[in-house]
Amino acid sequence: MQEKEIYILLADDDEDDRLFFTDALDELKIKTKVKTFNDGVALMNYLNDKSNLLPSILFLDLNMPKKSGVECLSEIKKDDYFKDIAIAIYSTSASEADIEDTFVLGANIYIKKPNDYKKLKKTLSNIVTINWQYDTSNLNKDNFLLRL
Amino acid sequence: MKIFITFDFTALCNKVLEEKLCDLDIKYKMLSFGEVEFLEKISKEKLTHLNNSLKEYSCSIIENEKIILVQKIKDTIIDMVYNNDNDIHVKSSVYLSEKLNQSYGYLSNLFSEVTFTSIENYIILHKIEYTKQLITNSNLTLTEIAYKLNYSSVAHLSTQFKNTTGITPSAFQRIITKRRTLK
Repeated sequence: MQEKEIYILLADDDEDDRLFFTDALDELKIKTKVKTFNDGVALMNYLNDKSNLLPSILFLDLNMPKKSGVECLSEIKKDDYFKDIAIAIYSTSASEADIEDTFVLGANIYIKKPNDYKKLKKTLSNIVTINWQYDTSNLNKDNFLLRL
Repeated sequence: MKIFITFDFTALCNKVLEEKLCDLDIKYKMLSFGEVEFLEKISKEKLTHLNNSLKEYSCSIIENEKIILVQKIKDTIIDMVYNNDNDIHVKSSVYLSEKLNQSYGYLSNLFSEVTFTSIENYIILHKIEYTKQLITNSNLTLTEIAYKLNYSSVAHLSTQFKNTTGITPSAFQRIITKRRTLK
């Protein structure tokens, strides 16, 4: 019934985390296509190349070499070209200040990295499904805030 | 200086549709939201043409029957949540099946198959979205919003808000206010 797969990007410098992430998405009922990057610079180069397809959701690790997640977030939010992308912060930190700051900067979703695989699958399924409702029901993405 | 604008989505969408239909010189009648009846036979080319001209607004004509029914369920839910002045006192399952003339079991299975979520969750999602809109764009207090949306208490609304979004209504309000001052 779902006509095309949901396109998802992840920027994270930890190889294991990237692997868990793509494996978990592969097992979901809802069809997705994932592309990963190991630092913020590689991600921004990809996004700024207008010949590339923009993702529906972008997952950003906060601590990355070369360019941090927060720097990427600020750059993306400055450019109207990216306004339809839902941005998910994917981090080990759960400090209230980090969470609120990134939301204020324009992040839509904040996830503390789950420490087991089952929980990760459940979290990702939840996010992809809700994001899908926003995309298919014309909901206002400015009001899309989700913390898991 | 900056200004904030509220939109009437129904009026906006109907206006776009009317303009496009007029451009193509089609005789039509507007039925419920997102439903148009042609008053004369219409050629395939004209229909394709209409579909193409709607695409620039990211609108498209739906053809698949299942998708049409799911769209009707969604519209009924949205109508139920946003225009609840007509005081709907029946359960939403009863309301939906009466309105769409199908058993609730059938509707709910079909809905989950197409949207990856349940009708219940979809209703909650919309109630919370409406709450967000009211929090940011109206002067209503959370207690008044809870009453308007038929919650038994403000605590019930707060809990559902927190369960759905992971943050409290007041944190939500704080974040959106800060965002607006940042821009």
